Amino acid sequence: MLTVLGAYSWINIRFLLEGAWVTILVSVCSIILSYIFGVILGIIRYVEIKYLSAIVGFVIDIIRNLPLILIIFFTYFGLPNIGFKPDPIWASVIAMAVFESAMVAEIVRAGIVSIPVGQMEGARSTGMSYWQALRYIILPQAIKNMIPAIVSQFISLVKDTSLATIIVLPDLMNHAQIIYGQNTNYTIPMFLALAVMYFIVCYSLSLLSQYLDHRLGTAKKSGEVEEVVQGAER
Amino acid sequence: MISIFQNYGGELLYGLGQTLLCSIIALVFALIIGSGFAILEVVPNKFFRVIARVYIEVFRNIPLLVITMFFYVVIPMYIVEISGFASGTIGLILYSSAFIAETVRSGIQSVDPGQMEGARANGLSFWQAMRYIVLPQAFRYVIPPLGNQFINLVKNSSVLAFVAGFDLMYQGNVIASDSLQSMSTYLCVGVLYLILTLPLSYYMRYLEKKLA
Repeated sequence: MLTVLGAYSWINIRFLLEGAWVTILVSVCSIILSYIFGVILGIIRYVEIKYLSAIVGFVIDIIRNLPLILIIFFTYFGLPNIGFKPDPIWASVIAMAVFESAMVAEIVRAGIVSIPVGQMEGARSTGMSYWQALRYIILPQAIKNMIPAIVSQFISLVKDTSLATIIVLPDLMNHAQIIYGQNTNYTIPMFLALAVMYFIVCYSLSLLSQYLDHRLGTAKKSGEVEEVVQGAER
Repeated sequence: MISIFQNYGGELLYGLGQTLLCSIIALVFALIIGSGFAILEVVPNKFFRVIARVYIEVFRNIPLLVITMFFYVVIPMYIVEISGFASGTIGLILYSSAFIAETVRSGIQSVDPGQMEGARANGLSFWQAMRYIVLPQAFRYVIPPLGNQFINLVKNSSVLAFVAGFDLMYQGNVIASDSLQSMSTYLCVGVLYLILTLPLSYYMRYLEKKLA
C-alpha cells in the first residue's frame, strides 16, 4: 500500500504538472491558431469564390477524414524529407492546428448556413455590400450559434494532445509513462492520476459549453449547427 | 508513392484489413453498449440514470489513448495477457460507446413524448413502448450521426498503432522506417484511410440532406 502511495510523492506530482503545463501550452497555441484559420477557411468555403472555395472545401474534407495521428506523424517524420524539421512541440502544434482548423471551418460554415437567408437579403436591401452584411449582420449571429460546438471541438483537442506522446512531446501522458516505466508499482496510480487530470480539464470545459448554451439561449440553434457538422465528436 | 505500393502493398492491405476489422467489431459492441446506456438514461428510475450519466461523462472526457494504454499496460500486468489488437479494440469500444450513447439518447429524446404517452395509454409497458414504438422511430433520426461516429471510429482506430495492433497506421510506421521514405509512405497510408472514410462521409452528407 505504501509503495502505491509513493506514486504521489511531490517529485512525481511536480513532474506530472510539468507535463500538464506542456499539454495546456500546446492546446492553447493550437486552439488560437485553429480558431483564426478555421474562421477564415469557413468563410471562404461559404462565400463561394470561384474555384478557391471548391478547392478549400475539398482540402477541408480530406483533412477531416484523416486520423490525427497520421497528420502528427506526417508533420514530424514526413516533412523532414523535404527539408523542414520541426521540434516535437512545434510539430504537434502545427499538426493540431491543421486538423482542428479544418474542423472549426466546418463548424463556422454550418453556423453561417443556420442563419436565415432573410437576414442577408434584409441587410443587402438596406444598402449594405455583401461583405458588410457578412461582417456586421451574419457573422455576429453565426458565431453566437456556434460557440458551444466550438467549445466541444476544443475539448476533443485537449484530449487529442495525448496522441502527440508518440513523437515524444513531453506532455502529461508522456510524463506519466516515464514515471510508471521506472517503477511498475506506480502504473495504476499513474493511470488514475491521468484520468482524473484529463477529466477535470475536459469536464469543466464541457460544463462551460453547457453553460454558454444555456446563457446564450442557443440550445436549439446550436443543436442545428451540430447536426450539420459532420464528424464532430459530440 | 507508387514504389511504396509496389514494394509494401501486402503489408498495407493487411493493415487496412485489421483497421476495418477492428472498426467493425468496435462498432457492433459500441452500438450495443451505447444503446443500452442511452436507454438507461431515459428510464424513470433515477439510480440507473445516474449510472448511465457517470459512465458517459467518464469515457467521454478521458482521452482514448489513456483508456487504450490502460488495457495494454495494466491488464496484462495484473489479470490476463491480451494482445495489442484486443486492448485497442476494447479501448475503442468503451470510448465510442459513450459517444454513441449520447447520439442515441438525443435520437430517443427527439421522438415526440406523445408517442410514449400514447403507447403507455394503450396498455403497453414502458419496455414494450420503448421497444416497439420509440426505438424504431429514434433509429431513423440516429442513422446519419451514427455513420459519422463510424467515420470517427475508423479514424480513432489508428490508436492501435500505439499498442502494436498491426493496423494501417502501425504498418505505415514500420514501412516508413524500413523504406526511409516517410513522406510518401504516410501519403499512401492517408490515401488508404481516405478510401475508407471519404465515400462514407459524402454518403452521410447526402443521407442527412435527404432525411432533413
